[in-house]
Amino acid sequence: MSYQLFLTLISGVFIGGVAGYLGTLMLSKKMSAVAGPLAHLAFPGAAIALLWGLSLFLGVFPFVIIGAILIWTLERKTKLPMENLAAIIFAAGVGTALLILPIGKAEEALVGNITAITPLETLVTIILSLLVFYVVRRVYKKMMLMNVYEDLATIEGVNTNLYNLLYLLSIAIVVALGVYLVGGLITAALIAIPAASAKNISKGLLSYKISAVAFGILASIAGIIIARFTQLPTGPIVIIAGVVLFLISIIFRKKTF
Amino acid sequence: MVKPLKSLNTNNMLLEVANLNVSLNGEKILENLSFQVRQGEILTVLGPNGAGKSVLFRTLLGLLPYEGTIQWNKKPKIGYLPQGLNQLRAKGLPLTVQDFFALKNVSSRDEETEKYLALVGLERDVLFKKAGSLSGGQFQRMLVAWVLISHPEVIFFDEPTTGIDIGGGETIYSLLHNIWEQEKLTIFLVTHDLNIVYKHSTNVLCLNRKGHHCFGAPKEILNAETLKKVFDKEIKIYEHN
Repeated sequence: MSYQLFLTLISGVFIGGVAGYLGTLMLSKKMSAVAGPLAHLAFPGAAIALLWGLSLFLGVFPFVIIGAILIWTLERKTKLPMENLAAIIFAAGVGTALLILPIGKAEEALVGNITAITPLETLVTIILSLLVFYVVRRVYKKMMLMNVYEDLATIEGVNTNLYNLLYLLSIAIVVALGVYLVGGLITAALIAIPAASAKNISKGLLSYKISAVAFGILASIAGIIIARFTQLPTGPIVIIAGVVLFLISIIFRKKTF
Repeated sequence: MVKPLKSLNTNNMLLEVANLNVSLNGEKILENLSFQVRQGEILTVLGPNGAGKSVLFRTLLGLLPYEGTIQWNKKPKIGYLPQGLNQLRAKGLPLTVQDFFALKNVSSRDEETEKYLALVGLERDVLFKKAGSLSGGQFQRMLVAWVLISHPEVIFFDEPTTGIDIGGGETIYSLLHNIWEQEKLTIFLVTHDLNIVYKHSTNVLCLNRKGHHCFGAPKEILNAETLKKVFDKEIKIYEHN
């Protein structure tokens, strides 16, 4: 195995795993409607990175973090639903990107460039993935209770504002990482698909979490390897691998329930 | 002569509400509401749909903005069973009943959970079933256990027996009554079951859409005349002793 493929696989496993894990929290409409728009915010960042010749991550990261904080602040100020605000931020992001992104260079922003990831970027990916994993693990129970009924969480003493912010920032980081693996257009799928597949086959919380992480990792590995042998772009293949796993989970579900 | 009694009363005063006004989206829901609750009382909130019963609960719980005074004399440990926390929400969640109990701040051991499930009339094997696959009544019983297991000092129950079969409601209420006696709980209850109101309440607070309130002991409130004012139609009432 070449060193580059090794770096690619390691990054893919970490991004896929943590995206799958984070995705398991997106059970309510509010939660799941945020990731997509936030992911599209990666566009202007990627556009700037490409224009200035920066690392993709450096361009994307500030944009999604600022986007997350904007959504969070606006929600508290305007009391509008988070999904509405995310849609507005999303439109702003894509609109700006279309203005400044040289279309000829758009491919990297659209489908990612994980196969060209550097050792330093791999290290950053591992550290950030572990950080998000840790944060999500810490907030998990309370976020799940918020999924069930936000008032109950408030009464149990959960600071829902703080948890919403941590959740948005986690999405932002995973999105920034996901742009490497699959590009800005389909990063949200990286988060959403493994959890959906896992939900199909799980009865309880533990199996749901474990299988979502497993599906995320599996799709990444399968996508990276298949893309390497077929010379196709990695990002789309990772997502297609995820979709195939999802379809299989549906069949499995029909058999068991 | 009245003085000592009065000071005793203020000592165990838990909640004082004065001139409470709550508006939602510009519409006045609660207007100039005043009442008091002492520790260990059961306050039943009575009124037609849309009178603001659930809004009152959510306001007292600090979930809604308001004008006026809500004075808790200590910060009690609160348990809340909201109305309509039904299975629709839980259906989509991959949570077993066991997982559901584990979401609590202080999660309980399985034996403890089983004990409380048994109290509300649920079998042990429910623990490993998907919460969303329970029947409506089973789910509601499970929620009652979920609220009680953390030993709250004050409980807000918003129609706790919705969807529970005949007799099942009785079971839940007599369970609540036992726990109330044992643990010196204060209970805030919304129910439409006048029998329950009569049997178990210390005080009744009635609300209606026209801002007509009444507050007092069930014997004072539960008469045909007052009920007519609150519900705007004749309510048959059978006197209890």
